[in-house]
Amino acid sequence: MLSLYVPGGSFIHRAPAAVKLLILLIGSAALFMVSSIPVHAAELVLIAGLFHAARLPWRDTVRQLRTAMILLIPIFLFHVFITDWVLGLETVLRILVLLLLAVLVTLTTKPTEMIDVLEAAARPLRHVGVNPSKASMMLSMVIRFIPMMMREAQEILEAQRARGLDRNAIALLMPLLIKTLKMADDLSEAIEARGYDPEPVVPVWRKKG
Amino acid sequence: MIQVSNVNHRFGERAVLTGINLSIRERRVGVIGANGSGKSTFARLLNGLLIPDNGTVIVDGLDTREDVKAVRRRVGFVFQNPDNQIVFPVVEEDIAFGLKNLKLPKHEIAQKVDTVLAKYGLTHLRDQAAHLLSGGEKQLLAISAVLVMEPRYVVLDEPMTLLDLRNKKLVLDTIHTIEQPVILITHDLDHLQDFERVIVFDEGRVVADGPPREATRRYTQAMA
Repeated sequence: MLSLYVPGGSFIHRAPAAVKLLILLIGSAALFMVSSIPVHAAELVLIAGLFHAARLPWRDTVRQLRTAMILLIPIFLFHVFITDWVLGLETVLRILVLLLLAVLVTLTTKPTEMIDVLEAAARPLRHVGVNPSKASMMLSMVIRFIPMMMREAQEILEAQRARGLDRNAIALLMPLLIKTLKMADDLSEAIEARGYDPEPVVPVWRKKG
Repeated sequence: MIQVSNVNHRFGERAVLTGINLSIRERRVGVIGANGSGKSTFARLLNGLLIPDNGTVIVDGLDTREDVKAVRRRVGFVFQNPDNQIVFPVVEEDIAFGLKNLKLPKHEIAQKVDTVLAKYGLTHLRDQAAHLLSGGEKQLLAISAVLVMEPRYVVLDEPMTLLDLRNKKLVLDTIHTIEQPVILITHDLDHLQDFERVIVFDEGRVVADGPPREATRRYTQAMA
């Protein structure tokens, strides 16, 4: 689920994560300033070209967009019945361009590269006591451990089903919580064993002198 | 050299290690014992993951109680379950994690990661999501991630317990190639035949210590 990155050697893969995220940011803002169906259609064609250049499997792209596509239909229908279909088409195209751009960046950028950019961007927050290094570490671990937690939950459900218990959220919660705490304990040991030692952050109001 | 002197350790009311005195200078040392015998606790003392209630653990003159960071840099630790040891989502990023903690420059990190990936046959997996690797590949990744930091000693806590036969062999072959002194905690006596020394734990005490044949004979007798 979270292993969204698709390895590759295209120029989009090789582009620095900061540049890609910046383009995504500026592109998203610009999208809402332009109100033209032909322009949005041209953007779609351009993005399709970028997907082709990145040699991304269509299956991964479609999987990322499936849920969003379900939402686009009611948005379009809402405009058809309440305002007009032209506005509906424009809105849907705009959201689609935005989604595709975000998916392109996600599929071609390693999670840690993105996190490194966010860590660098969050550096000014050190002055208010936020430790960007700890925050980025936390994000990385969330990405790493969510698939593991899902697998653990699946194993617990299967074990319960094998013993005659049908799907029961409360019965799942307790063993999952215990496993998660054990996992967190093991992980903190592993991180310590590999010398993790983030620099302490002191907010400006606690600095002396 | 690792010197363990007069070590006692308790978890709550339960004494897990009692009166441990050992000097480790050999290149290949095996540690065996029944479940709950204290061998994993002993392993955790060696790189300062645990500080003993009493006694000292000295690694190359550094006391784990006073210089724990320096000790951890010297003693690499591989855990039983690689899933709990792999911190980053992508293979090469996880290998780079320890090097970043050592504050090495980026180009040096990249070069060391390349070398270790090639050395342990993981180059083709460098961009893979760690959770999609096989059990053996995960354990190889965990070992590589420790070795890339070039520790002086490597402690491996039952690294083959969760693996099938083929992956066990893969990991064991890798362990044989490690240049540094190795301290291997295991249940499998066959893995220790080439080792110089085997230490047997029982109920928190060292009950045998010597060449593999003699030590494993004592262990087998105790288990009978």
